[in-house]
Amino acid sequence: MSVLVYIDTLNGKIAKNALEAVQYGSKIGDTTVVTNGNISDSALQVLGGVGAKKVLVNKNLKSNDASQVAKLVKAAAEATGADTIVFSSDLTGKAVAPRVSASLKAGLVSGAIGLPEGDGSVKVNVFSGKAFGKVTVNTDKKVIALTPNAVGVVEGEGTAPVEAFDAEVGQSSITVKEVKRQEGDVLLPEAELVVSAGRGLKGPENWGMVEDLAKALGAATACSRPVADIGWRPHHEHVGQTGVAIRPNLYIAAGISGAIQHLAGVNGSKVIVVINTDPEAPFFKAADYGIVGDAFDVLPKLTAEIEKLKAQN
Amino acid sequence: MKLLVCISKAPDTTSKIDFTDNNTKFNEAGVQFIVNPYDEWYALVRAIELKEQNGGSVTTITVGTQADEPVIRKALAIGADNAVRVDAEANDAYSTAFQIAEYAKSNGFDIVFTGKETINYNGSQVGGMIAEILDQPFVSLATKLDMNGNTATLHQEIVGGDEVVEVNTPFVVSAAKGMAEQRIPNMRGIMAARTKPLEVIPAADCQPLVSFESYELPPAKSECKYLDADNVAELVNLLHNEAKVI
Repeated sequence: MSVLVYIDTLNGKIAKNALEAVQYGSKIGDTTVVTNGNISDSALQVLGGVGAKKVLVNKNLKSNDASQVAKLVKAAAEATGADTIVFSSDLTGKAVAPRVSASLKAGLVSGAIGLPEGDGSVKVNVFSGKAFGKVTVNTDKKVIALTPNAVGVVEGEGTAPVEAFDAEVGQSSITVKEVKRQEGDVLLPEAELVVSAGRGLKGPENWGMVEDLAKALGAATACSRPVADIGWRPHHEHVGQTGVAIRPNLYIAAGISGAIQHLAGVNGSKVIVVINTDPEAPFFKAADYGIVGDAFDVLPKLTAEIEKLKAQN
Repeated sequence: MKLLVCISKAPDTTSKIDFTDNNTKFNEAGVQFIVNPYDEWYALVRAIELKEQNGGSVTTITVGTQADEPVIRKALAIGADNAVRVDAEANDAYSTAFQIAEYAKSNGFDIVFTGKETINYNGSQVGGMIAEILDQPFVSLATKLDMNGNTATLHQEIVGGDEVVEVNTPFVVSAAKGMAEQRIPNMRGIMAARTKPLEVIPAADCQPLVSFESYELPPAKSECKYLDADNVAELVNLLHNEAKVI
């Protein structure tokens, strides 16, 4: 099997979900990675360690225009003879994978959470994480978009040569006027640890204790929908059915009752801790650990204990 | 401006999810179907707002059977002018996108709207596929869309941030949270929706590229372990030594 994995490195970094997609590909077959933009060859060295055999980079294409990236991926698939094309189901993957699939008439499995099984079927998330489906592809060529944080990454010793890759990608009909990237903070969609809070925090001025805990843990911060809707927190922090769906290793929810729409965005989390004054809060049914108590009391204590643990290790 | 909004039916967000026929079919018994929230709250409402500002028409298109018509009427009640139903089961994203693209090709729309994903299949596939088949630009996960003549300014979520882009019509856009506010249809809208045109057209020939073989429910969550609010140290200990996540 020959596999091609596309990763978005436009911001000059290789995100964890990109490493996951490369390692996922390498478990299916011989994997070539294709990427574009301002990424240095030295940064790309890490890809050999997660299973890539070769890396193709097009430094001229500094855009995430789905039409152009799709053309780049198709050219790379043709050059390498790939029969399986893998994307991470991140924001770029979600835009590009459908274009590649429709253009090649190669069935697209999106939201994959496991490797293809013996019968070729792939397990995916459906019903907003409330169920799994088994999907088979009816075409010879396949496209798979892998859910971020669904498979682990183990870094090994391998190396992969980096080659420049030229392709005719046409002109973009989309003009980028402004790019705003979050700097510094842990990005929510790829965070392994997330601290989240809801209306129980009573006001935006009380978020300091959420941020303190997140800082102590090295976690990203998130919030429930009402909190984003009333403007206490930015919309990109809203996790849930209509916000971001996340699958961190640890999700700590303080002052969030756990409406079913919120759970749909976090039910892929490995461990859920719920802190709520209401023992009847539905979130406790989805929690691994629960504290019936006031976030104003528990969060600072939790921060202190985490700091203590970090100091010991 | 001629605007086309893709409408999918989805189970109400509070529905109990289970399966029948040896776990090969979603159990629709007792399930209330709604317009997929991303299609309704963001895509459809923004299209209607643009029509109100700039004139033109809003057409909805659904690939589905007669069972989808109540959901289509709901979209008309919110304010779409007319609806099209392609008479076919929506088997997979590609065949759905193909049917919509076929209709769009012969009717020439300025913008084709989809929601960012459906809440039942979560694929985020149809919009990009329509754009590819129509050979049009695709702006995915847009949170804001304003028109100035034929030029649209959009805010789009990208990896690690967002960007502002400009694109000329025609194009395809998938709508995410922020693009518009939900509208509750009023009685006049509901009455008017009964007589608005709902055209049923035959499906073009297209084979699905993927098939859903079966479904399963996630394993039951183990009981929540409760800890005392005065014993936060024990929680940290369990997260470190038992769950091993910190």
